[in-house]
Amino acid sequence: MAEALLVVEGVVKEYGERVRTRALAGVDLALDKGELAALIGPSGSGKSTLLNIIGLLDRPTSGRVVLAGTDTTGLDERALTALRARTLGFVFQFHYLLPAFTALENVMLPAWGDVGLPSRAMREQAQELLRAVGLGDRMGYRTTDLSGGQQQRVAIARALSRRPALVLADEPTGNLDTASADEVFGLMRRFNRESGTTFLVVTHDPRIADRCDRIVEIVDGRVRSDRRGPSR
Amino acid sequence: MPFEWFVALRYLREEKAQTALILAAVSVGVSVIVFLSALINGLQVSLIDRTLGSQPHVTVHVPREVPRPLVYAVGDRAIARDVQAASQRLRSIDQWPAVMAEVERVPGVTAVSPMILGAGFAVRSDAKEPVMVRGVDPERYGAIIDVQRRMVAGRFDVSGGDVAIGSTLASDLGVGVGDKIRVVTTEGVEDVVTVAGVFTLGTEGADRTWLFTSLRHAQSLYALPGGATTLELKVADVFDAERAAGDVRDRTGLDADSWMKLNAELLAGLDAQSSSKWMIQFFVVVAVALGIASVLVVSVVQKSREIGILRAVGTSPQRVLRVFLIQGGVLGLAGSLVGSGLGGLFAKLFEGLARGADGAPRFPVQLDGALFLTATGIATGVGLLAAVIPARRAARLDPATVIRNG
Ligand SMILES: Nc1ncnc2c1ncn2[C@@H]1O[C@H](COP(=O)(O)OP(=O)(O)OP(=O)(O)O)[C@@H](O)[C@H]1O
Ligand SMILES: [Mg+2]
Repeated sequence: MAEALLVVEGVVKEYGERVRTRALAGVDLALDKGELAALIGPSGSGKSTLLNIIGLLDRPTSGRVVLAGTDTTGLDERALTALRARTLGFVFQFHYLLPAFTALENVMLPAWGDVGLPSRAMREQAQELLRAVGLGDRMGYRTTDLSGGQQQRVAIARALSRRPALVLADEPTGNLDTASADEVFGLMRRFNRESGTTFLVVTHDPRIADRCDRIVEIVDGRVRSDRRGPSR
Repeated sequence: MPFEWFVALRYLREEKAQTALILAAVSVGVSVIVFLSALINGLQVSLIDRTLGSQPHVTVHVPREVPRPLVYAVGDRAIARDVQAASQRLRSIDQWPAVMAEVERVPGVTAVSPMILGAGFAVRSDAKEPVMVRGVDPERYGAIIDVQRRMVAGRFDVSGGDVAIGSTLASDLGVGVGDKIRVVTTEGVEDVVTVAGVFTLGTEGADRTWLFTSLRHAQSLYALPGGATTLELKVADVFDAERAAGDVRDRTGLDADSWMKLNAELLAGLDAQSSSKWMIQFFVVVAVALGIASVLVVSVVQKSREIGILRAVGTSPQRVLRVFLIQGGVLGLAGSLVGSGLGGLFAKLFEGLARGADGAPRFPVQLDGALFLTATGIATGVGLLAAVIPARRAARLDPATVIRNG
């Protein structure tokens, strides 16, 4: 077995002060480098919650997350932001692009915001990524002038722009028609194969889940099953 | 371009209506400040100029003779006393050249001129007018009050027995350059002198009663050979005059009055005017600050989703903070540039509108680089300050909440 990129140990997440909702009731999960894993489960089972915790956007009530060898438990906001910027990429269900910026600028922003100043290399890499997701002719478009599928492809390009070790995608195809969904998932599959980027994809779509290497199912905040997908 | 600047400017450009509105508010505020300052400063400077056009900054003279009681009180007994006011004779400053050298060493003093100042009458046929005789050394006196520049006829030439008189006095006596008049002093000395020049200093008192002659001539008119009753001083900073006067008092034991003391009422008026100016400006600044802050607060709320995304893709809270601080600063700076221009323009227009008979502006305005710099600095600082609260709110936004709630 390859070395673990992500280790989630006994993660519990409770929401609310007086009425406590237990969104995660002790999750253990490990992801290896280069895996393309699907995270499935009924609505309200805690998928998004788990993804946000892995994505260092939220902290667990108890348990720990070790990402790329770093135990994130005691880290402050600054350190979390830095770790997030360098190891993680995000794709969300609703295209979380910035409408005030062009497709190219959206892809450049993560690196730009981390380093401070833009560089030629940054721009060239962003252009290359946009060409790779088939949007070479749409780089200067405002994201509001792009279709849903195109926007999601920009989001993938942005998620990959820092060459993250792990990309977290929360229902990336949830809003797309079948053809666009296939196209978007196909891109993730391709980047996974070509560059070895690890993906954790939340999906409700069994066709998509079946095309992953591994399917993790959570129900009521616990891992119910964890199996290798048919594609491997 | 640095990330923060790029994002800040892009959002300012995106929200054109908001940006235009706040820029207009800042511009109006700054133009009010610039206009008001230019007007009031101009008014004050011209008032002070006019006052100092016929007054030295500091006048040094022998202390008035104090009345001496005839019987001194002793121990615990109260004794009825008879106190009579002492008569005030015209007295020369003892060793005035030495005193003058001492006074010249007082920090801030730029010029000293000795003078004999006495009262008398100017007589011409049946006209007899009271005058203040001022015996001066024209070279030195020119540094205190530039009479030569204020001549309406003839020259400020008081060598020999010649005199220069105020324009009102000249017309009261019905004399002009070259005419002869008789001067009678309080010492009972009389002399016939030639009017060499007529001046106007712009103050009624000076133009009606002043009569300049040479120091030497005045010494003989007042029987004070080699004497000088008064030293007149000019200081580098006119508002430093009272301090300089104090120094002179301490060093010489003589009386020294600054123009500030002699014009206390004028200065109190100017002070009140300045305070009201500051008050108005303060409230304008507060209004501008509130305007910037409220627009930025709204904009942070509107953009919370986008801020959350920026945070999620790895932008640090510090950078988010700076984005909004930059917006505040840029709004303040841009607004103040426009406002300074507008305010300056208004001030100039206003100055052009009201002109006196001689074509000189009745409300002279004072526009200088310092005013623009201050206005710009204040507005930029206020913009930055006003942005602090919204910026901190933006920086504290929790990306997870934003992502979750879409
Ligand atoms: N901020 C919150 N405050 C309180 N409860 C929350 C919060 N976020 C999520 N929950 C609760 O936690 C549970 C898990 O929510 P989560 O969004 O992780 O589910 P999910 O598996 O992503 O569902 P879906 O498939 O519908 O997106 C739900 O019961 C939800 O109501
Ligand atoms: Mg969800």
